[in-house]
Amino acid sequence: MKSSPEIDVAYVANLARLELSEDETALFRDQLGEVLKYVAKLNEVNVDQSLDSAPVTIELRADEPRDWFTAEEALGNAPRQRDHLFIVPKVIE
Amino acid sequence: MTGAELTALSIADLQRLLRRKEISPVEALEALIERIGQVDEKIGAYLSFDEEAARKEAGRADVTLPLGGVPVAVKDIINVSGQPCTCGSKILANYRAPYDATVIQRIRRAGAIPFGKTNLDEFAMGSSTEHSAFKFTRNPWDVARVPGGSSGGSAAAVAADEAFGALGTDTGGSVRQPAAFCGVVGLKPSYGRVSRFGVTAFASSLDQVGTLTKSVRDSAMLMNAIAGHDPQDSTSSPEQVTDYVAKLEQPIKGMRIGLPREYVSEGIDPGIKAAMEAATKQLQNLGAEIVELSLPHTEQAVAVYYVLATAEASANLARFDGVRYGHRSANAKGILDQYFKTRAEGFGLEVKRRIILGTYVLSGGYYDAYYDRAQKVRQLIRQDFANAFKDVDVLMSPTTPTAAFRFGEREADPLQMYLADIFTIAANLAGICGISIPCGFDSTSGSKLPVGLQFLGRPFDEGRILQVAYAFEQSTEWHKARPPA
Repeated sequence: MKSSPEIDVAYVANLARLELSEDETALFRDQLGEVLKYVAKLNEVNVDQSLDSAPVTIELRADEPRDWFTAEEALGNAPRQRDHLFIVPKVIE
Repeated sequence: MTGAELTALSIADLQRLLRRKEISPVEALEALIERIGQVDEKIGAYLSFDEEAARKEAGRADVTLPLGGVPVAVKDIINVSGQPCTCGSKILANYRAPYDATVIQRIRRAGAIPFGKTNLDEFAMGSSTEHSAFKFTRNPWDVARVPGGSSGGSAAAVAADEAFGALGTDTGGSVRQPAAFCGVVGLKPSYGRVSRFGVTAFASSLDQVGTLTKSVRDSAMLMNAIAGHDPQDSTSSPEQVTDYVAKLEQPIKGMRIGLPREYVSEGIDPGIKAAMEAATKQLQNLGAEIVELSLPHTEQAVAVYYVLATAEASANLARFDGVRYGHRSANAKGILDQYFKTRAEGFGLEVKRRIILGTYVLSGGYYDAYYDRAQKVRQLIRQDFANAFKDVDVLMSPTTPTAAFRFGEREADPLQMYLADIFTIAANLAGICGISIPCGFDSTSGSKLPVGLQFLGRPFDEGRILQVAYAFEQSTEWHKARPPA
């Protein structure tokens, strides 16, 4: 773990596709710096005895066609739609 | 019976009257609607409710079913077909659920009427319900204080007799902590016990639907309806479900109850400590054996949680991009800008904070140091509990280190807010079950505030924590106390 938990908030916000104001960026830098300083206590733990992963059983259902939403229902909450399609701003000029 | 007396009933008592036909489901619903009209302006538990839809369902309710004719409030992160599901967020302000979550299908099948969507911290991220984009919910015991969170609306509604019972979700204590703050019973089932299908995801390896009720029996009744395998949720367990009500009255004489040293140490308010000591004596009087033990990785739990929960949240919330549902920014230039602006306008401060932290711990160069490391420590926490349960049947602790706090008190310092989850989050990390029940009052602040006693049990051992909670409840008067009207 890095010793100085300085977080480049603007860089991370870009990864998260999230626009932040200057105030939010400064606030998060300070607050999350504190949180990361606290999280550094994970370094104090010896994890050699830790098992690889939990015994979680994942049961997948059979991949069979069945009745589900109609196109109208699936589009019911769309901000913009036409002809059974979600309409978004032009991607390629 | 007056309307106020009627809405003060537990689910079990209401059901008795319904079955004897002393009241009808429609009368019960009307009394509830009247009660909400009287008190919800002050409490603010509900974000929406659909009287007409509920009246129709009440009119054809079959009272012979296990929850026949009983209205149940639903946290506004659980989808109820045709109803809003805002998740407490502006980004879903106009969203309408196109289908029922599995838990809603199941309570309907048991005869219950989903009625009213309750307030919450945005996307269940918070411990005070102050992070709702829409309004504050107030603690019925002291309206200057928070009801806890994130299922604060559900807990306040049950405490203020605005709901007979409610569903919530618990990712790090979001059912148990508001139950403790509001003086009601809150159960978080083991991971995989209850389907998450139709529950908007916050942290998928931790989320679980739970119950908020006036009594332990009511909690068992709701669990009988919602527990069990669901092919729609690949993480739901095929483990067989027991009858939770049938087990309640078994005595707890000889039961071994572990008291983790780390859960009764520093940082606990004196009023909580006193209530815990009295509860310990009471359990001994009932014949239980109290065994001190250690959960050595308790100190790391909060750190592990805020790495893993935010990492999972940042991925789950990526779906809110303004394309298929929810808010879409009107000021964007091009698709990429639409993502940035939609999310900036739609999400509140706490959600943004967690997206940033979660994205950071998953990002190149930091993944191993934070996410991977936290996963390894999570396994150690899981092993702590497995070791403890070799020696004892259940564990006990306070649900929270303090009673309900005042609005704004913890706003400025997120880390302090996160640290207050210390007694509840380990159960989510370990996948075990937990319940919070009223065990007294803390009056050290000048207000009479409820205190929660938590029992933790082995995975899929909900029957046992309900049994010990029931024995304690029936031997005390705490659950009968009602907040000032």
